[in-house]
Amino acid sequence: MHPILKLVAQRLALSTMLLFAASVLIFAGTTILPGDVAQQILGQAATPENLANLRAELGLNEPALSRYFSWLGGVMQGDLGTALTNGRDIAESLGSRLGNTLFLAFWAAVISVPLAIFLGLLAVRYKDRWPDKLISGVTLTTISIPEFMIGYILIYWVSIKWGLFSSVAIINDSMSLGEKLNAIAIPVMVLTLVVLAHMMRMTRAAILNVMQSAYIETAELKGLGMLKIIRKHAFPNAVAPIVNVVMINLAYLVVGVVVVEVVFAYPGMGQYLVDHVAKRDVPVVQACGLIFAAVYIGLNLIADIVSILANPRLRHPK
Amino acid sequence: MNDQLKHLSERVSKGLMTRREFVGRAAALGVTAAVANSMLATAAKAAGPVKGGTIRMGIQGGESTNSLDPALAASMVPTVNLRNFGDCLVNVAPDGSIENRIAESVEASADAKTWNFKIRKGVEFHNGKSLTPDDVMRTMERHSNEDATSGALGIMQGIESMKVDGDIFSVSLTTPNADLPYLLADYHLQIQPDGGFDNPASGIGSGAYMIEVDEPGVRHLFKKNPNYWDDSIGHADEIEVLALNDSTARTAALQSGQVHIIDRVEPKIAQLLARAPNVEVKNVSGPGHYVFIMHCDTAPFDNVDLRMALKLAINREDMVDKILRGYGSLGNDFPINKAYPLFDETIPQRSYDPEMAAELYKKSGHDGSPIVMQVADGAFPGAVDAAALFQQSAQAAGIPLEIKREPNDGYWSEIWNVQPFCASYWSGRPVQDQMYTTAYLSTADWNDTRFFNDAFDALLNSAKAELDNAKRKEIYRDMAMILRDEGGLICPMFNDSIEGISTNVGGWIEDPNLNIMNAMAGVKCWLTA
Repeated sequence: MHPILKLVAQRLALSTMLLFAASVLIFAGTTILPGDVAQQILGQAATPENLANLRAELGLNEPALSRYFSWLGGVMQGDLGTALTNGRDIAESLGSRLGNTLFLAFWAAVISVPLAIFLGLLAVRYKDRWPDKLISGVTLTTISIPEFMIGYILIYWVSIKWGLFSSVAIINDSMSLGEKLNAIAIPVMVLTLVVLAHMMRMTRAAILNVMQSAYIETAELKGLGMLKIIRKHAFPNAVAPIVNVVMINLAYLVVGVVVVEVVFAYPGMGQYLVDHVAKRDVPVVQACGLIFAAVYIGLNLIADIVSILANPRLRHPK
Repeated sequence: MNDQLKHLSERVSKGLMTRREFVGRAAALGVTAAVANSMLATAAKAAGPVKGGTIRMGIQGGESTNSLDPALAASMVPTVNLRNFGDCLVNVAPDGSIENRIAESVEASADAKTWNFKIRKGVEFHNGKSLTPDDVMRTMERHSNEDATSGALGIMQGIESMKVDGDIFSVSLTTPNADLPYLLADYHLQIQPDGGFDNPASGIGSGAYMIEVDEPGVRHLFKKNPNYWDDSIGHADEIEVLALNDSTARTAALQSGQVHIIDRVEPKIAQLLARAPNVEVKNVSGPGHYVFIMHCDTAPFDNVDLRMALKLAINREDMVDKILRGYGSLGNDFPINKAYPLFDETIPQRSYDPEMAAELYKKSGHDGSPIVMQVADGAFPGAVDAAALFQQSAQAAGIPLEIKREPNDGYWSEIWNVQPFCASYWSGRPVQDQMYTTAYLSTADWNDTRFFNDAFDALLNSAKAELDNAKRKEIYRDMAMILRDEGGLICPMFNDSIEGISTNVGGWIEDPNLNIMNAMAGVKCWLTA
């Protein structure tokens, strides 16, 4: 077997085990939370009788272990089950939520990743001069402000004052692409500002690190221009750390945007998960948890593979 | 001058001028804002409802776990949805009287034990089926079923039997209840085909709007029911209900014109929001109240002197000023205010009295150890701040309060109705009987103050059977006095509900029963432009 294929196979096996471990942890976590789904559905309106009725109806009287395994069995066959709270098909509701989350993450990534790398390169080109300082200053400021705050500031100016984009980002199937993009414009701006600094600074640091190598000095002595050195010699060797940080930020865009979803009422995975955690709706929490874990593990896998491919020393093991 | 104003007010009602501009022009002509507003109201009434358009509402309290099953509605978005697609037997009107809906007339036997409801003819469900008295009975059966999980189960327990006779649906009670129609006006009790036994979450009702899109926790779209029996409501072509749980998201959506109506404006921003153009802030005082509850059967709260010391050690004016920013009124340690019919205004108002509190605290013989109160902002907005204020005012009376902050998550299952001293919220009920029966009768399901008082129970049962309102008012006064002096409820304030609406929303009326016009703003309002 080719060493790279072997490496990928190993990673895949490890990832599957990690997913199992994640499902156990999520189940245990939701089980030890105070109150159960029946209690949470009925809330302040709970009486002992209707609590007991609802528990029986939802099968909560069965032991946790058997509930876990019957759920896991379903997932193996591609059946995510129905939500305990409103009896909806989980796969169906999750599908549209996941689609929305990916839609938002996609546009945020399309804007932020090239922008971050470009700004990183620019900062290296003008190292310690005003463009570098300006880029660092602005991105460090936006990463330091809580994302809900950036959201509120943009809503105030862009939506209320200037009337440019919508402040509520609720999208649905009957909207055209243009309408959808209008709806998500401000959340995309917020997410871009939030993830920009991290990727930009990693790009800058990685390239600067490579720039101190002997072969860059050689290139300089050859009389190559600064931009060409960065593009042809420094950047390819700095790809591995940059891909890593890009993947971490992509994962964040998929699994970590609950705050942004709340501020803009965006119908993504995060809000869906939070609602079901609050109601102790374990099958849904499990399903969301697994998807989030899979996204994280999958993106890390990609980062690993890209790093291996980009690095000759890993590509040709002794 | 009058002609000019009249002309201008007509322009407003036709949507050619904003309300704010009108008030400004009127002021220039030397008319006060109050007079200008009342002129507008008259003009709007004369102009009448405008048909068409889509009313968009941004509502707090919608989760992706919601269902259209009327039995399970527990937050505001599901409640608004029910009001849009369903109809109850009767409603509580904004003035506190009973308004007939599916019931054409309501009659009680002399002993208030048997109630007859004549069911309206020619009402059609959204699936084309005609509504029959049997559907009404099946609906009541589903909600009163012992196996049911309905939020209305508690109020259905006094029913002994139900039957249908021709177009009459009649209910027999185990004990008399003069207020039965108020109980049956509960929003859970939407009439469904065959009572909703086959598919309760289908969203099929007999209401003015039919559900088009149902995305729980995100949005719900309703289209006008062309066959609705009542022309006086249901003016817009469509109603869109958006779940906007974040307060800033709601106010921003209203300000940027994406929605026309929002609920739960935070008191601290209400004044600021009112200054925004094209937006009006409405506050309605109702029966909702923010409270601290003590278990009367648990030490140290089993001592009536200690309970009274705590009641005297709270500064109610301060609470209304600082926690509600004036959007509310003083509480008096019983759960009733002027929003209720038969409320007695002459009951003396309790006020902050640190000296008396200190005296009673000494008399109670409490050992001086901190009295622990558990709070979370989930109990009511500003609960943690209110607890801190309470702690300060109690300190001045020498009473050591200790505030323990709890997470919002799980508050209603782990703290409320479990721990002996905590913060809570009651949204109130349409009539005193229901409020007391729900939470202060010894046998009540939600007796969250653990109040067991035979004299109080006896009075409540005698009031239930009394059809003479003057006598009932007297009984309720006696009950209020018992609860106020001996109960475990510290009720410092009744909160207003505060809502924001666009200036192009017509037909807005004050309804103290529940937020946003008893959740019927979408059904009853119209858009002027």
